[in-house]
Amino acid sequence: MDTFLKTGVSRRAVLGAGVMGAAILAMPNILRAQDKSLKVGVYGGYFKDSFDKNIFPEFTKATGIAIESVAEPTGEAWLVQLEQAAKAGAAPADVSMMSQVAMLKGQTTKLWTPLDLAKIPNSKNLIDRFVNKYPDGSVAGIGAVSWYITLVTNTDVYKEAPTSWAVFWDKANADKLGLLALVSNSFLLEVTAKTFFGGTNALDTEEGLLKAFDKLAEVKPNVRLWYRDEAQFEQSLKSGEIPMGQYYHDVTGLAASEGHPVRSTFPKEGGVQDSGCWALSRASKKADEAHIFIDYMSQPAIQATLSRKVGTSPTVKRELLDLSDKEFAAVSSDIEPIIPRYDLYTTKSDWLNQKWTELIVG
Amino acid sequence: MKREPPQSIADYGPLFFPAGMLLIFFVVPFGTMIAVSFFQRQEGGFYTPAFVFSNYERFLSAFFGGVLGFSLMLAVTVAICCVVLALPFTYLLSRLSRRLQVIWLVGLLSVLSLSEVIIGFAWSTLLSRTAGLSNLFVKIGLLDQPVALFPSFGAVLTGMVYQALPYTILVLYPAIVRLDPTLMEAARTLGSSPIRAFFNVLVPALRNTIMATLIMVFIFALGSYLLPQILGRPQHWTLSVLITDQAIYQSNMPFAAAMAVFLVLVTLGLVALTLLIGRKGEKA
Repeated sequence: MDTFLKTGVSRRAVLGAGVMGAAILAMPNILRAQDKSLKVGVYGGYFKDSFDKNIFPEFTKATGIAIESVAEPTGEAWLVQLEQAAKAGAAPADVSMMSQVAMLKGQTTKLWTPLDLAKIPNSKNLIDRFVNKYPDGSVAGIGAVSWYITLVTNTDVYKEAPTSWAVFWDKANADKLGLLALVSNSFLLEVTAKTFFGGTNALDTEEGLLKAFDKLAEVKPNVRLWYRDEAQFEQSLKSGEIPMGQYYHDVTGLAASEGHPVRSTFPKEGGVQDSGCWALSRASKKADEAHIFIDYMSQPAIQATLSRKVGTSPTVKRELLDLSDKEFAAVSSDIEPIIPRYDLYTTKSDWLNQKWTELIVG
Repeated sequence: MKREPPQSIADYGPLFFPAGMLLIFFVVPFGTMIAVSFFQRQEGGFYTPAFVFSNYERFLSAFFGGVLGFSLMLAVTVAICCVVLALPFTYLLSRLSRRLQVIWLVGLLSVLSLSEVIIGFAWSTLLSRTAGLSNLFVKIGLLDQPVALFPSFGAVLTGMVYQALPYTILVLYPAIVRLDPTLMEAARTLGSSPIRAFFNVLVPALRNTIMATLIMVFIFALGSYLLPQILGRPQHWTLSVLITDQAIYQSNMPFAAAMAVFLVLVTLGLVALTLLIGRKGEKA
């Protein structure tokens, strides 16, 4: 302690450091003072890094609006945070990239400020299903990016790429699969319905759902890992510890391009196409900047950049894009995708969750 | 020096700050949680203030009973394993030279600086088929081919004991160091073997400390939600994992709160029961 006190830090230096510290703490306020800025929430990690590097600087150059990117967790954790903050009148991010289930849940509490399409002329480029609407027809969110969950395998363990989701049910794959742990992010009910019951319409009725659950129960002995955290599975897939499963097409492609022995396959029943919307929190005071941002992001050229640099599948129509067939095939597929039954996760969410938990835990 | 009982409000002064902190950071959040547990869940949305019991009703089922039972069993097992390992270790540690003791304690403290995530991933690598310990066993001829030792109950237990052991040792350490060394010397002089003296003299003398340590590790282990996910199969998920699922992934705060309140009540009940039995035992 004595020696610590005797170090040569002068009183002046301490005061100086204090002033510096206060100035740094005040910085966000200075930034906020210039009106031209926007806080944008994107999924943390690889996604946010790619956006920070490839997309946001160009946007600031084009519009003069500074972007402060916020790393948001996947799942509905971010929705809960936005909702709680909005109740207190705060917005941890003005615009956030939200999953479809989160969009629908946010709609029920009017969390999203309705967007004015007149201020987003580029919205006409979008594929219709990527415009997320309130029941009264006002627009809750605009498709930001879409991505596929596909059948992934370790190439050292599986020399031949599998062709159908049905391999999950193959008894030869006992204790070899890594699957997502939640009913609302694995979309395995849809996969089961499409593979064995002719399509996701089979899930319209409760009997249909129960049948899918029963079929899915047969997969359980093959599952080694039910993962919530992507890193948990990705590492095991690369090492061959868990050589097969469902995972994101973009990240798997990236891992393969880095030389890891992994591959992503679109099964003949189709990959699961999920998407994220740009949505504006009702607590945000940056509506104008948000509209400019969303319009910018909906340009075909930007969507093409996203496909090339981030590996996401575009939300604008294919014919407007200058992507080559090869570039398009790298992020998407001509096989009709399995579109998740988002409606089920709002109308029957608790029932589905209970059945699902009993299925995998019980 | 004889201590005067406090005479005026001012004498209670030093208590105000901790009491205020406890109020702000424990009583208020816990009260909020209890309130939320009675709120009405809006399916596909959030919740509205109300006073309903449906969240508790949903919890009262064989399924959740089973999960609760497993969580309690796991926490008790972790507590017992930790104390059984830590007690002889700490006793031997207390008999080392001062210098060696400091080195050991610094090592143990550094384990505390590891987060649950790092512990979980480290053990999952150690127990894996492709890079884990079983490869070593193959090298020295104990196994024919490497096997995956996780996910399994043993892996969850190992991870949780690893995480809780430093706490256990640090709680036991002061009591064991302060223990009168003449007790053991007397036992030895009267002809008991070291092991016999350990069990017949040291353990009974430390009974209260051991009980308190068991309770502390039990409560610590009950809150664990990451290690069962990383190292276990779904049937090894604790109630805390399901609470997280409801709160974070289903945005069902009322049900999550009801489960959490239930878990706290059961825990407090068990602790009270343990203390009660302990007191009765002392009287006898």
